[in-house]
Amino acid sequence: MKITILGTGCLKCRKTEEIVRKVVVANNVQAQIEKVEEISEIMKYHIMMTPAVAIDGKVVIAGKIPSESEVKKMLGII
Amino acid sequence: MIKFFADWMTYEVFKLGRETILAGAVNFFIYDTIKIFLLLVVIIFVVSLIRSFFPPERTRAILAGKGRYTGNVLASLLGIVTPFCSCSAVPLFIGFVEAGVPLGVTFSFLVASPMINEVALIMLWGMFGWKIALLYIGSGLVIAIISGIVIGRLKVENLIEEFVFKTKAAGVDIIPGMSFKDRLSYARDYTLDILKGIWPYVLIGIGLGAWIHGYVPQDFLARYAGRDKWYAVPLAVLLGIPLYSNAAGVIPLVSALTEKGVAIGTSLAFMMAVTALSLPEFMILKKVMKIKLIAIFAGVVAAGIILTGYMFNIIIK
Repeated sequence: MKITILGTGCLKCRKTEEIVRKVVVANNVQAQIEKVEEISEIMKYHIMMTPAVAIDGKVVIAGKIPSESEVKKMLGII
Repeated sequence: MIKFFADWMTYEVFKLGRETILAGAVNFFIYDTIKIFLLLVVIIFVVSLIRSFFPPERTRAILAGKGRYTGNVLASLLGIVTPFCSCSAVPLFIGFVEAGVPLGVTFSFLVASPMINEVALIMLWGMFGWKIALLYIGSGLVIAIISGIVIGRLKVENLIEEFVFKTKAAGVDIIPGMSFKDRLSYARDYTLDILKGIWPYVLIGIGLGAWIHGYVPQDFLARYAGRDKWYAVPLAVLLGIPLYSNAAGVIPLVSALTEKGVAIGTSLAFMMAVTALSLPEFMILKKVMKIKLIAIFAGVVAAGIILTGYMFNIIIK
């Protein structure tokens, strides 16, 4: 599974990455995490609010920092 | 009710003597803190419920077909209910432009959305009363509408980075449907989120305000920032630019300063500058527009705020 963090490098985007990484490590999820900061790349996902998280290219959350349980839910852990 | 509780805490629990300055400040702090937090919880919850009906995708769809004037008015109104955070300024801007929303209309939104937000309104209502809060909404809307029209007239398309126009919209937006239960939990999460972010600033703001209320002599500031001082308004706007994220803490402080002689127009101008002109947002916008356009944007909005400040200094005695 590929997790993409979309964000222009603001505080909220870094926080989002931190939370996703934490959940992935804590639950031994086999996933590759990448961060996209280039705005023209971000726009290809057709979102209007950052931070956003996409899983295998599909946007699952946009416009807020997800909580740990939200991340777990989108990774299919709970 | 709250007054009773604040009195009880001050005089019975803390056993502070009536009529002492310390008792006054403590009483003021307890009363304001409870009042403001009650208002914050209730109103943010209601606003985020309304907000759940207006994700940016829907706002964009509403604005896409509109021309000048109607578009500027609508964009400013929608700016109030569409969620906005300065870290989303860039994707939002591109999203609007690629959908064919005129530049001037987009700018109206960019001014109104951060300036007229529920936190600022609650703080104004709680600390200054509903008349000042309404004045703030009204003049904020006018500034957003006019700034957008002015920028639209200036034909600034050449100051936007090329790639913005090359980005193509995917076509019809998919706006996920929400049940009422979804909306309630969205509103609950949103309210908690905002409260988590601002509560320390609110407490510090009210605390400093209470201190000023109790210890700074009446009319102490009138000499420096009274109605007859022409430089007070522009200076207030300039001071407001770097204070963006602390709007929640700044308003109780300003309320206390107003009590000590700062003119009300000057205070309003200061709060508008705090919310509408944000240094971090300008830095982020550099990715999509030339510095010259950011300067025009900031200049037009600042001019509007300064005029509003002078106007209220003349009208409100």
